[in-house]
Amino acid sequence: MASLITHPNLPAPDDFYEALIDLHRGLTEAQSALVNAKLVLLLANHVGDTDVLRAAMAAAREDVVVASPEDSP
Amino acid sequence: MAFTHPVYEYRRAPELAGQGEHRGAIVVGAGPVGLTTAIDLAQRGVAVLVLDDDDTVSVGSRAICYSKRTLEILDRLGCGEAIAAQGVSWQVGKVYQGDTLAYHFDLLPDSGHRRPAFVNLQQYYLEAALVERAQALRNVELRWRHQVVAVAQDDARVTVGVDTADGRYDLTCDWLVVCDGARSPVRRMLGLDFEGQVFRDRFLIADIRMTSDFPAERRFWFNPPFHPEHSVLLHRQPDNVWRVDFQLGWDADPEAEKQPERIVPRLRAMLGGQAQFTLEWASVYTFQCRRMRRFRHGRLLFAGDAAHLVSPFGARGANSGIQDAENVAWKLALVLRGDASSALLDSYDAERVAAADENLAASTRATDFITPKSAVSRVFRDAVLALARRHPFARTLVNSGRLSVPAVHRDSPLNTPDTEVFEGALVPGAVAADAPVAGPHGHWLLPCLGGDFTLLAFGDAVTTTDACALAQGAVPCRVVRVGGARPDALVDRDGLVAARYDGRDGTCYLVRPDQHVCARWRAFDLARVQEALARATARLVAPTPVR
Repeated sequence: MASLITHPNLPAPDDFYEALIDLHRGLTEAQSALVNAKLVLLLANHVGDTDVLRAAMAAAREDVVVASPEDSP
Repeated sequence: MAFTHPVYEYRRAPELAGQGEHRGAIVVGAGPVGLTTAIDLAQRGVAVLVLDDDDTVSVGSRAICYSKRTLEILDRLGCGEAIAAQGVSWQVGKVYQGDTLAYHFDLLPDSGHRRPAFVNLQQYYLEAALVERAQALRNVELRWRHQVVAVAQDDARVTVGVDTADGRYDLTCDWLVVCDGARSPVRRMLGLDFEGQVFRDRFLIADIRMTSDFPAERRFWFNPPFHPEHSVLLHRQPDNVWRVDFQLGWDADPEAEKQPERIVPRLRAMLGGQAQFTLEWASVYTFQCRRMRRFRHGRLLFAGDAAHLVSPFGARGANSGIQDAENVAWKLALVLRGDASSALLDSYDAERVAAADENLAASTRATDFITPKSAVSRVFRDAVLALARRHPFARTLVNSGRLSVPAVHRDSPLNTPDTEVFEGALVPGAVAADAPVAGPHGHWLLPCLGGDFTLLAFGDAVTTTDACALAQGAVPCRVVRVGGARPDALVDRDGLVAARYDGRDGTCYLVRPDQHVCARWRAFDLARVQEALARATARLVAPTPVR
């Protein structure tokens, strides 16, 4: 069973980060949100492993404090 | 031709004259679920009384999509052909974003099935056909305008108070099957729980009559230009009637939206200014996803909308209710005959609660897609729809309602778990698949299985002596052979029985009276079949020993 890779795995981290920021250049907040959502969906399908995706979701949510009970899932 | 509502005759209860007797089973509610239960019980030799507070069939088209499994159940109950012939068959669904086709699905892509994936038919036609069938059965008594106003039970019996135009009377019975709908008066008078959630959205149903060459497909639009920011669903029904379902949003005024002067412009925007149509029926609804915690409460068995409610997207309301009916009927018949203890009825609860949860999950997920509850949920929904135009993977995420399929009772206590390897979908708990055959009972497998326990045996492995032993058991089991040399064996004319059941010489499937598989083996062994029969009728509770 594959596990979520959290050690450095990007061959050129700075290039990736720049591309990610560039991806959103000139977009409104709403457009950026849509592009991010599409990106998540495309990458999720590429990963295709439920355990890895769940581990990534948990890691993404870690340390994010829920402000009020109504906002909890 | 427009439908004319029949009026079923009210009759004065003999109990009001001091006559009448204790009964085995009474059904509350003469809707699709109550009528199905009554017919199924009666066909199994149980005399049944049905009480309904009305004297006609449903007003408005209401539930219109009946699944392949529902048709198969109705086939067993003697009215499948009438419904299939009257309904509009369909199997293709198309989903649009804006005015662009995002994707389409085919619910029954392979051939070799007697019944289509779905037929669309107004609920009143289904009810009228079921009433006609029930009236043809000697041991069904239908009492119209007999309203249940009180229910009490003790260890020995249920007492039902009934109100009529001629006064009130009491009935007693062993078992009460409660099919009195979403607002279930019986559930309410007993103060039983009905937990779940209400969705904050409103929908308009407009049934219109028009001549159109639109194909018989399910069409669903997200954010179409003729109804921006909301969804629209279109279904074809018989008599040139079309069901249009407009999402309105939570803030819509339900009374105002029901008025023709509001509805007609919406339809003109959709169908074009020149379209000729007349409005048949309109209704504004909200929906809830909820269920009772348990469907069996002592001598009361709740079924259909009385027990569980889902959103309409997926056609899981009436179809799952009819599966409840068929699940409860054979079990109750065995209990009333004394061939099984009332413990068998606990499996009704276990199986149909699990099925309801499956339907609730499917329905809630579809609802979350159609009516996103948060800004981010809406962003993901739009992202899926945008990606679906170009990328096949995203089409699997588009959810305009996952259409009803029969529940697989995977974890049922009545199943004997597999000890051998099988391919395909027919695991213990699944509905037996239909397939073309040639045999004494026609051209399809399911009618050959009938309505009793059946051992479907591939080849000649089951001897006449073994078949007699099974036929004469505590719970009788018929043997139906496929292939092999015997003259009464079914011929697997297209090889689809073997393919769908992963059947080889010696393979045996034990099929329940409701046509669900409950055990299967690669070789026949009388003792193992008898043990599985005992388990499937709750006469054996110990876990299967590993062989």
